[in-house]
Amino acid sequence: MAALLAAVFLFASPAAAQDAPAAAPAEAVSTPVPPADFAGLVASLRDAGFADKEAIVERLVASGHASARVVLRALLEDRLVVRAPDQGVFVATSADETLPAADLLDPVTLKPIGSSPRDALTRIGTNNRLRRVLKGLVARTELANADPAVRLNAVTELLRAPDAQTTALLRERIGTEYETRVRREMETGLAMADLDGGDKPARLTAIQVLSHRLLPDVLNRLKALVAKAPDGSFVEPDADIRAAAAAAVDRIEQARSIYSGAETLFFGLGLGAVLVLVAIGLAITFGVMGVINMAHGELMMLGAYTTYVVQTLMPNHIGWSIAVAIPAAFLVSGLTGVLIERSIIRFLYGRPLETLLATFGVSLVLQQAVRSIFTALNRSVATPAWMSGTLQLNDALSLTYNRLYIIAFTMIVFGLLLLVLRRTRLGLEIRAVSQNRAMARAMGIRTARVDALTFGLGSGIAGMAGVALSQLTNVGPNLGQAYIIDSFMVVVFGGVGNLWGALIGGLTMGVISNLLEPAVGAVLAKIVVLVALILFIQRRPRGLFPQTGRAAEQN
Amino acid sequence: MSTRTSIAHRLPAALRDDTGGTVLYGLLAATAIAVPLLTALPSSSPFNLSPYVLTLLGKYLCYAMLALAVDAIWGYCGILSLGHAAFFSLGGYAMGMYLMRQIGTRGVYGDPVLPDFMVFLNWKALPWFWYGFDHFWFAMVMVVLAPGLLALAFGWLAFRSRVTGVYLSIITQALSYALMLAFFRNDMGFGGNNGFTDFKDILGVPLSAPGTRMALFVATVVALAASYALTRALLRSRAGRVIRAIRDGESRTRFLGYPVESYKLWLFVVSAVIAGVAGALYVPQVGIINPGEFAPINSIEVVIWVAVGGRGTLYGAVAGALLVNYAKTYFTGALPEVWLYALGALFILVTLLLPRGLVGLRPATWFPSRRRLGVRPA
Repeated sequence: MAALLAAVFLFASPAAAQDAPAAAPAEAVSTPVPPADFAGLVASLRDAGFADKEAIVERLVASGHASARVVLRALLEDRLVVRAPDQGVFVATSADETLPAADLLDPVTLKPIGSSPRDALTRIGTNNRLRRVLKGLVARTELANADPAVRLNAVTELLRAPDAQTTALLRERIGTEYETRVRREMETGLAMADLDGGDKPARLTAIQVLSHRLLPDVLNRLKALVAKAPDGSFVEPDADIRAAAAAAVDRIEQARSIYSGAETLFFGLGLGAVLVLVAIGLAITFGVMGVINMAHGELMMLGAYTTYVVQTLMPNHIGWSIAVAIPAAFLVSGLTGVLIERSIIRFLYGRPLETLLATFGVSLVLQQAVRSIFTALNRSVATPAWMSGTLQLNDALSLTYNRLYIIAFTMIVFGLLLLVLRRTRLGLEIRAVSQNRAMARAMGIRTARVDALTFGLGSGIAGMAGVALSQLTNVGPNLGQAYIIDSFMVVVFGGVGNLWGALIGGLTMGVISNLLEPAVGAVLAKIVVLVALILFIQRRPRGLFPQTGRAAEQN
Repeated sequence: MSTRTSIAHRLPAALRDDTGGTVLYGLLAATAIAVPLLTALPSSSPFNLSPYVLTLLGKYLCYAMLALAVDAIWGYCGILSLGHAAFFSLGGYAMGMYLMRQIGTRGVYGDPVLPDFMVFLNWKALPWFWYGFDHFWFAMVMVVLAPGLLALAFGWLAFRSRVTGVYLSIITQALSYALMLAFFRNDMGFGGNNGFTDFKDILGVPLSAPGTRMALFVATVVALAASYALTRALLRSRAGRVIRAIRDGESRTRFLGYPVESYKLWLFVVSAVIAGVAGALYVPQVGIINPGEFAPINSIEVVIWVAVGGRGTLYGAVAGALLVNYAKTYFTGALPEVWLYALGALFILVTLLLPRGLVGLRPATWFPSRRRLGVRPA
């Protein structure tokens, strides 16, 4: 901590020294006994005039105190306040005067000290001159901050309204900046500034630098260089600059299109992952029992509603709710599945079409039950903080966390399911029953138990798919129906009763429909996929990975 | 027993051994006579049939035809189609296009050629696929061709590559779903979301006139009787036996040298055409057709009508359609909450407890045709 403070001080001190001549007279005139400590300095802002404030602010920076940056920024943003009862100076977290109360931080420790009604607070005023000084100082302290995120933020903020002062500041700091991200941002900003200058070699270098950036701002700026004025003449008189800019625009657009392709792929994989989750549940129930479970979508819907219920039960722990909801949904849907199997499906073995009808009846009952309990309105499920937001890989490519997690979750579930099927006793029995039911029974496997457990397993996975889905869409009684036809398509495409088929099929379908969507629109994309699937079935009537061996020959 | 046989001998050949069919024909004839009489009664009479009930009855009979079409392929050939609502809707859309052209300048925008929704979408000319629909005969040809050709193309693709069982069910469902999505699009030229409605005339007479409504109703009764006669004749023929053989052992029939695919294909097409005609009769009576008719749930509901009535009997399908739809009208009016529970329970109970449907409940002595048109759980 001490080393860090020292570093801050080292970075900060030249700045303070530079500004010292301007500040010194003011200090000499109006501050008779300058308080030496940081807290005292902050407190003295309360009664100081604007000129005094300027001096105090300089000294705050010079103190090198870790909280100086926050205090200065608060002053700049009108958030440094005086509380009426004790005349103490505090940092308010919000400058919004319309709120009835504001949360306060101690200016020295930056710890929250509770909130105070708005009317008891007076903000410490600033004028234009002070604000200009403050802005420079804040940027300077922030650019010297040890945390790269703070520095990056400072640079972005400076570049929002660049002027001569900021460019000078950036040029000064760029030499000492070691963090690549921050440096890149600084270089971009400086290059943009150079582009407006009159120095041709500098402009060409700037274009060179900018051609490696992907920001839309940069692209627009470069495009402006090659654009023509309404009268047909070029806006930019220099042909060399135009040529360089045109090459840079090409390069950037190419890179951006590659990244947007990657983004489409990622979104497709996200959609595909949900389909895979739904389809593997279907695949194992069909593989073992030859049953197409039309209520599968509703079991998924139950999972989504379980998430909703878990969140209403623990509203203060949204972050944990998903972790609780996953096993809960597995249990709720799994037990419902076992119940369906024991009460209905076991009477219908060997009659797949009738099972299809009976499970369709179950799906109607479940839908209406959910409507009766939760009403027909959509429920929104909160996304925990750790799942929201995006992973910004570069200026053109960002991946949303919820899809990343869903893809990862699908892979984990898939891996676990493979393990269960390959390595456990239950898995062995499931495989035996799916290959030859009569022989498995002859070998002493209790097929009824295996059926119930398999159905429960498939249904439980549907429930977990529902948890994943609740993070992508609203939860309503029709949730299952919206996805079930798609997941049937996946199963038919991949090959009924085959896990790998469900995986490859789901991801392919997700990616294909996402690739088609921007080109032909969402509805037409769906139609194209369906028609393509019908044609695909012509070539491979049993899907990508057909069941082979004697089990496949039953008819 | 002997009197029964002697009565059967005096019946025309088509009705011999067909108790259910005879009852059906009798009831349909009675309906065709009684309903016009009851509607003619003054509205103060307790036996008066209101136009609402007439429309409802006509709707049920169209559904009964649809159920008949599904029973022909499911009950006799084991093909569970979950896409018959698509054929029904296509027939309905063909009829709807004719009715739309008959509106003429009476639409909201008063365009003599373009239907309202096209004017609204700023279209300048009639799309090519609307040509000819101002003629009734052309529309009638399309009522047969549109579902028939779709069934031919789809069935050819599906049966040729031996897509069977649940695979076929799911693919037919996907077909219906894809068509629904397509018809929801405005630029398809079929009215998008709203479909067709606000019809005025059919064959030059106003649709709202009581006489027109009655004529449509009687036409539906006749069409239902004709479809029954046609499918029954078809399924009692030599070809019908092969079709049942396919249901009971597809591979075996194939090995015996029968072209299984052709039999399935033609039965599928006939069934689709009957469904299309039912749709064409449905639209002028109900007065609206929209893409919602393609919804997969509609197709599945048809299957439950057939299952409730009794699969593989044809008249059972008719009875099931009438009963379930009456129940639906009653429940959705009186207890809307309960309807989906009831329908769901119906699906479960019928498949579990009544594999032969309500027809299966009758005493065994009523089964003269049982041996010939026997049913086996698919």
